[in-house]
Amino acid sequence: MYVIVAGGGKIGHYLTRALLDANHEVLLVEKDRGRADYLAEELGEAVARGDACEVRTMREIGMERADVVVAVTGEDEDNLVICQMAKLRFRVPRAIARVNNPENVDIFQRLGIDTTVSSTKIIFNLIEQQIETNEVILLAPLQRGNIEIVEVDLGPDSPVLGKRIGQVILPNETLVISIVRDGHAILPNIDVDFRQGDSVIALVTAERETQLRDVFGGVR
Amino acid sequence: MSESKNVVILGCGRIGATLARSMAKEGHNVSIIDRNNDAFRRLGIDFPGNKILGNGIDDAVLKKAGIEKADAFVAVTNGDNTNIMSVQIAKEKFKVPQVITRIYDPIRACAYRELGIETICTTMIGARLIKDHIMGIELGNMAEYCALSDDEAVL
Repeated sequence: MYVIVAGGGKIGHYLTRALLDANHEVLLVEKDRGRADYLAEELGEAVARGDACEVRTMREIGMERADVVVAVTGEDEDNLVICQMAKLRFRVPRAIARVNNPENVDIFQRLGIDTTVSSTKIIFNLIEQQIETNEVILLAPLQRGNIEIVEVDLGPDSPVLGKRIGQVILPNETLVISIVRDGHAILPNIDVDFRQGDSVIALVTAERETQLRDVFGGVR
Repeated sequence: MSESKNVVILGCGRIGATLARSMAKEGHNVSIIDRNNDAFRRLGIDFPGNKILGNGIDDAVLKKAGIEKADAFVAVTNGDNTNIMSVQIAKEKFKVPQVITRIYDPIRACAYRELGIETICTTMIGARLIKDHIMGIELGNMAEYCALSDDEAVL
């Protein structure tokens, strides 16, 4: 694949290195000359000096033949413009954006840039996973973000304790993928029972998330 | 008799301040946002509108400036990308009826105009006006100066 990485900070640097090791064709675009020179010492021709937000630069680096554009600069507005131009003007199939301020994830998604990575949000979710039981924790949004993989940890007052999967009525458009118990993943069949401490991994549409929580966590 | 509009301006630079003063003087309800307090000095001491200190791509700041009731949102910071992002927030999220931005980069201005964002490229307007002046051509139709062409923009 031809991957363009915009932004030569630490993320861009290590991402480029990893992609090159995996034998992809990569171009890392960095606008600061000193930084670009430094990166080129290690990454050689995979580094181009330029401002990835400039349409002229995008043409020069062959953005129209890129398979993926990854915008990982330190500024959300730059990442937004890079991804919008990539998708709308250069028809790049996939654009991935780093979003520093998690509040900005919303505008990116409204504008059709659905693959966003906010490390603040990820770490926040990890912290929440440790603390909450009976809450539905989002593990991964899929594709347009309408389908999600979620995890619910069953607490002592979960209404499904002691019941078998076949006995629990799940909301429409949900699917239990796995039950993780004592570090082992159990594939669900109708005889598997729910126990306290189980982590239920499920596939659910975004609208059904609340209903799923009610089934496993109890109505509050 | 035109009605009074609620206008939110992002960026209190020369153009933002001039626009803010002009519209406030005509009786419109103006809020202007800038992340630098010193910038508000350009408004003078008798500015009747609201000054909001903060980052214009932050929902809380935009709401404080009254974006939810705004008739028009104007983005005129120094940063093309900040302008581009904030007008899209105003349009898509807050459904402000009229959004407009000044974009320095002619190509970006053209690209976003094609996406339906009203952009004013002062770079192109200035260059064309000056060229006509040098060539002794009478200053012409404003619409022509504002029109964007990708070819002309590529240097």
